[in-house]
Amino acid sequence: MKFRKLMMALTATALILGMGSVQAADLRVGVEGAYPPFSWKESDGTLKGFDIEIAEAICAELKRKCVLIEQDWDGMIPALKARKFDTIIASMSITEERKKQVNFSDKYYNTPAKFVARKGAGLEISKKGLMGKRIGLQRGTTHQCFMEKMYPDAELVLYGTQDEVFQDLAIGRIDAQFSDSIAADDGFLKTDAGKDFEFTGADQHDEACHGPGAGMTVRKSDDELRMELNKALKAIRANGVYQKINAKYFEFDIFGG
Amino acid sequence: MGDSIVQFLETWSPIDIVLIAQNFDRFLWGALTTLELTIISLVVGGILSIPLAIIRAGNNPFLNAPVWAFTYLFRGTPLLVQTYLIYYGLGQFEWIRETFLWGPVLSQAWYCALIAFSLNTAAYTTELLRGSIVNTSQGEVEAAKACGFSSWMRMRRIVLPSAFRRALPAYSNEVIFMLHGSVVASTITIQDLLGVGRWLNGRYYLAYEGFITAAVLYFIIVLAVSRGFRFWEKHWLQHLYPREALEVKPTKGAASFRI
Repeated sequence: MKFRKLMMALTATALILGMGSVQAADLRVGVEGAYPPFSWKESDGTLKGFDIEIAEAICAELKRKCVLIEQDWDGMIPALKARKFDTIIASMSITEERKKQVNFSDKYYNTPAKFVARKGAGLEISKKGLMGKRIGLQRGTTHQCFMEKMYPDAELVLYGTQDEVFQDLAIGRIDAQFSDSIAADDGFLKTDAGKDFEFTGADQHDEACHGPGAGMTVRKSDDELRMELNKALKAIRANGVYQKINAKYFEFDIFGG
Repeated sequence: MGDSIVQFLETWSPIDIVLIAQNFDRFLWGALTTLELTIISLVVGGILSIPLAIIRAGNNPFLNAPVWAFTYLFRGTPLLVQTYLIYYGLGQFEWIRETFLWGPVLSQAWYCALIAFSLNTAAYTTELLRGSIVNTSQGEVEAAKACGFSSWMRMRRIVLPSAFRRALPAYSNEVIFMLHGSVVASTITIQDLLGVGRWLNGRYYLAYEGFITAAVLYFIIVLAVSRGFRFWEKHWLQHLYPREALEVKPTKGAASFRI
């Protein structure tokens, strides 16, 4: 008797759970929230930024509800593989190294990388000029790959978030920082803390490290989702939603050539 | 032969052993940094804790209260928060950045971690030693008094040596906690053992490889530490165990009382 009751309860639970998973076509999106202007957290805890709005636009296009899940940068790919979320929309560059682990949609933007140093510091961007200099950057980014490949003699100082890089650059713990130029401009140079700093040297690009731009990341087994994301991306490019979001954050087209 | 082993590992191993082997020197450097930070902060914290523990065990309220506040503060807040306060917090103040301490000490992540760790372990060790001092057998103290020892001499010759010995088992825990706590260093850009694991994860996007290697190395260090303490306990606490326990060799299946 007791056993029968238990079985009934289990069946009912299974049914409820089963129904839940059929109805819930929520798209769980991994975002970072510490990378302005692409994503940041307001003081009330809401997430804002270009990546966040692109994610919302993609979800709207797919007619699925977006569930934004915050994740530290260096745990992004493991968390995606562990099914903590279904896709990453967090300015993740499409690279060969990452493609060994995960798959990408088409790029949704592409901006160059640059060094930032104190005004008048006279930092020369060359193998010799950067030798022994302390260059701050975010761990696990394409910029880490770039620096280790192109300037192995520079002393790399690795941080968990881009915000911490800016913080230590401002108080002089590092000689320069290397990151995406837009992130550096809006996240630091245009702020009060960054008023004594400037871009140093030309745009830096290495195809193998930086790749074609930032894409939406999916598990390798999820090719269907990848194609849906591509379709949705094309749609928001065509119907002007992308351009509207772009104009809200940047004065120029960041989609890139 | 070598090639075929590499090929076998690359094809069949669930984790990328070849990659770990290629970067193993980095892990060893990381382990060295971890050991360096842990040992130096244990030494600094240990030296600080001796006078503080004597004060805490005494009954001078003017000295006791500030030391109590210090240990309470550092035992009552997480090590991560203390490290952040020293690394990110102090750097915010312009006047601190203008002092002579900034350049050589406070601007360096390594020293910030060392300061935080030393103060933290000093706080814990102080309370640990205090308990040990307070619990010194009254008979030993009275015997010393009867022999005409001054109070300073009593502390130095009788109370402290005995207190150190009795604090040893608890202190071995503090050492292991400190070693585990030292991972906090990797959050402020120091390439300690965990820092190298995170670097590998950041470079190749392989979480297991970096963190398992770090975990195994931590495990080996802790094993060595606990073995060392077991040896010292046997040596220094001999007089506290029943005589038979030292003479009887533990036999198989009956090795319940081993020291």
